[in-house]
Amino acid sequence: MEQLADACAALALPDPLLVGIETGGVWLARWLHERLGVSAPLASLDAGFYRDDLRLGGLKGQVRPSNLPPSVDGRHILLVDDVLHTGRTVQAALRELFDFGRPACVRLAVLVDRGGRELPVCADAVGLRLDVPPGQRLRLSGPDPLHLDLEAA
Amino acid sequence: MSGLAQRLGAIQYDAQGRLRHLLTLEGLRRETLEELFTLADSLVEVGARSVKNVPLLRGKTVVLLFFEASTRTRTTFEIAAKRLSADVVTLDVPASSTSKGESLLDTIANLQAMQTDAFVVRHADSGAAHLIARNVAPQVAVVNAGDGCHAHPTQALLDLYTIRQRRGSLAGLKVAIVGDVLHSRVARSQLAGLHLLGVSDIRLVGPATLVPQRLAQLGARVCHDPREGLADVDVVMMLRLQRERMAGGFVPSDREYFELYGLTETALTVAKPDALVMHPGPINRGVEIASAVADGGRSLILPQVTNGIAIRMAVLAQTAGRGADTDA
Repeated sequence: MEQLADACAALALPDPLLVGIETGGVWLARWLHERLGVSAPLASLDAGFYRDDLRLGGLKGQVRPSNLPPSVDGRHILLVDDVLHTGRTVQAALRELFDFGRPACVRLAVLVDRGGRELPVCADAVGLRLDVPPGQRLRLSGPDPLHLDLEAA
Repeated sequence: MSGLAQRLGAIQYDAQGRLRHLLTLEGLRRETLEELFTLADSLVEVGARSVKNVPLLRGKTVVLLFFEASTRTRTTFEIAAKRLSADVVTLDVPASSTSKGESLLDTIANLQAMQTDAFVVRHADSGAAHLIARNVAPQVAVVNAGDGCHAHPTQALLDLYTIRQRRGSLAGLKVAIVGDVLHSRVARSQLAGLHLLGVSDIRLVGPATLVPQRLAQLGARVCHDPREGLADVDVVMMLRLQRERMAGGFVPSDREYFELYGLTETALTVAKPDALVMHPGPINRGVEIASAVADGGRSLILPQVTNGIAIRMAVLAQTAGRGADTDA
């Protein structure tokens, strides 16, 4: 996590808006928000309404209300998630973010990059790169303490 | 669960237990209501954005079939479907083929041939939405927007959701339903929902012509004395006098009805000091409810309308947005 915080600081975003992706990303974003001394209030989103597989199985699980400022026009956004895998969650999150305006830039920070990308998505700040075999998944539990587990998918 | 409720439940869920149609609250599982309320919580937030759309029903076609006049219900269903990014068609019934003698099912068959995904139906005949639901293709959803004197499930859901929003839980609340219960599909759906959520102290309040004693079979106490009916209640749910369904003298005059059963500040003094006042609309001021109460601090009449959009979005998302059947 310290490595992730250092990588985020190195991005040197002016007046960043931290946006955590529910739920693990929000826990991480909360920690980063404090650790980096970010002044803008912490934001969160749940990209459940924007998933690309809604036609296949409908809504899955609870979708939490997003908590974003009314406009993100011109903001420098640091999007935070726990695990980067296929890239589909990030793609859904970007679709939702752009319904709130046109940010100056969006950077992606993840605790773990486990590979297995299905879309052209890459992280700008990574805490740990890890090869996770197919059929296994990483799960962050929290919020206090944060704990990462490897389990069967 | 009774045999009837089981049958009503069976048609409303698909083989995987997902909500396929919403026709009545009878036969639904309590978890279904809780899931709809939780989903509505998130959809309320969507309504507060500058871009008030999410792509949940993108590419789907929702047809609003209103065979009876409606302002709030039709408008809120239309807004709900559009906020979910669906393509929405409102059938102009007086100008449609149904007025030329085409049967209801022929109309549905023709609309289905246009690759529609969901029907929202309001009809003067009880059971119309069930009839349609029994005759649509497996991937098509039907939502009842009010049928005769039978059911108006989304109105009851938004009422219950509004109470939950203000009180957190419905457990242990005392509720009075006041007015024309006899002709009210809203009251029947409210009763089914209240029972499902564990509310046991429910009073049906009104004159014997509009609240006959036999309605106690619906699982509530019948009170002809408004002071007894409103005593210590947490929620007062007013009903509209449905003159269009009355054939005869159910009420001597509007003035006398208001004197006896109209909700005034004085009548409310026997209720809890923070009692919530609700009305499904349209309200008849000075007949069912005094303006001072309708526009006062305890009134939730306008929040009910706002919540109607989120609840109807949740219902359309769960039914029309079920996703593909995997049991076929």
